[in-house]
Amino acid sequence: MARFKKKKGTGVTRINTSALPDIIFMLLFFFMVATTMREITPLVKIRVPDATEVQKLEKKSLVSYIYVGQPVKTALYGTESRIQLNDSFAEVSDIPEYIAREREARDEADRKFLTTSIKADQMTRMGIITDIKQELRKSGAFKINYSSRKVSKL
Amino acid sequence: MRRSLQEINAGSMADIAFLLLIFFLVTTTMDVDTGIARRLPPPVESPDQEMDIRERNIFKVLVNSADRLLVEGKETDIRDLKDKTKLFFLNPYNDPDLPEKRTETIELLGEIDVSKGVVSLKNDRGTSYQMYIKVQNELTKAFREMRDEMSAMYFGVRFRQLVDEKKIRAIQKAIPIAISEAEPEDIGRKK
Repeated sequence: MARFKKKKGTGVTRINTSALPDIIFMLLFFFMVATTMREITPLVKIRVPDATEVQKLEKKSLVSYIYVGQPVKTALYGTESRIQLNDSFAEVSDIPEYIAREREARDEADRKFLTTSIKADQMTRMGIITDIKQELRKSGAFKINYSSRKVSKL
Repeated sequence: MRRSLQEINAGSMADIAFLLLIFFLVTTTMDVDTGIARRLPPPVESPDQEMDIRERNIFKVLVNSADRLLVEGKETDIRDLKDKTKLFFLNPYNDPDLPEKRTETIELLGEIDVSKGVVSLKNDRGTSYQMYIKVQNELTKAFREMRDEMSAMYFGVRFRQLVDEKKIRAIQKAIPIAISEAEPEDIGRKK
């Protein structure tokens, strides 16, 4: 006679979840190492142009950013390209002060390695970029970087 | 009665870790910053202080407000810019219209003919940034390829793969990145 084994205990067997925190911690550490803190909330739309001959920006702490592009809220600020420094819109004439402040914030030994990264939208006209470059020359920030996305072929 | 070593309830540990994980996911970005590095020239004191460079040593690149390219007086496609730049700087047949060379003794390389040529890049205020970057990219590519070729000839590896600081400096000295940007002019009147 066939006999059926009777199931023991409750119906569902519990999965052992004691290793779950370890897995999550592993993920957490991965993200902590691989990412950097978000610097600003963008007020301008930026799609940087493509280029093949790009270099990596070394030492993020020695980079100050200038954002140029169309405002995100076009209904409020219009469609003309604007400059964003830190968390607010700025004029070209504000750049020397911004550079001076950025320089003050760094160690004296590091100041000459300070790079200015121009993050401009690809549809921007060169007029505003030229103005920015002239201001940077006047304030002595000669090392610049035209932010662009790396592509293997244009 | 003494209880033996009570365990801490670690059931909510996963929740805490999740919370932290989500916080980091939201506040950080992963993008790597890349770009074309350039060095701006120091400001000129007086406008009439002009550099004394002979006509044959200047490689004129003009970009107008309609993103059209004029290289050495001829309208050129962006795809031809790199080869034209290379030809200009290498000047393989010592053409009298192409730039002069001066012989320099460079450590590790010996006597090298260094081109006296300079790229003069001029753009309009109405030129699009995209086009400007494209031009800068092509110019950079021309210099990079020239450096690669020289590096391969002398050291057997490409310039980017060189490790020795001395070798890098020698190549940089033999092929300097000579891009000069003209003082801005406003012709197209377009914002």
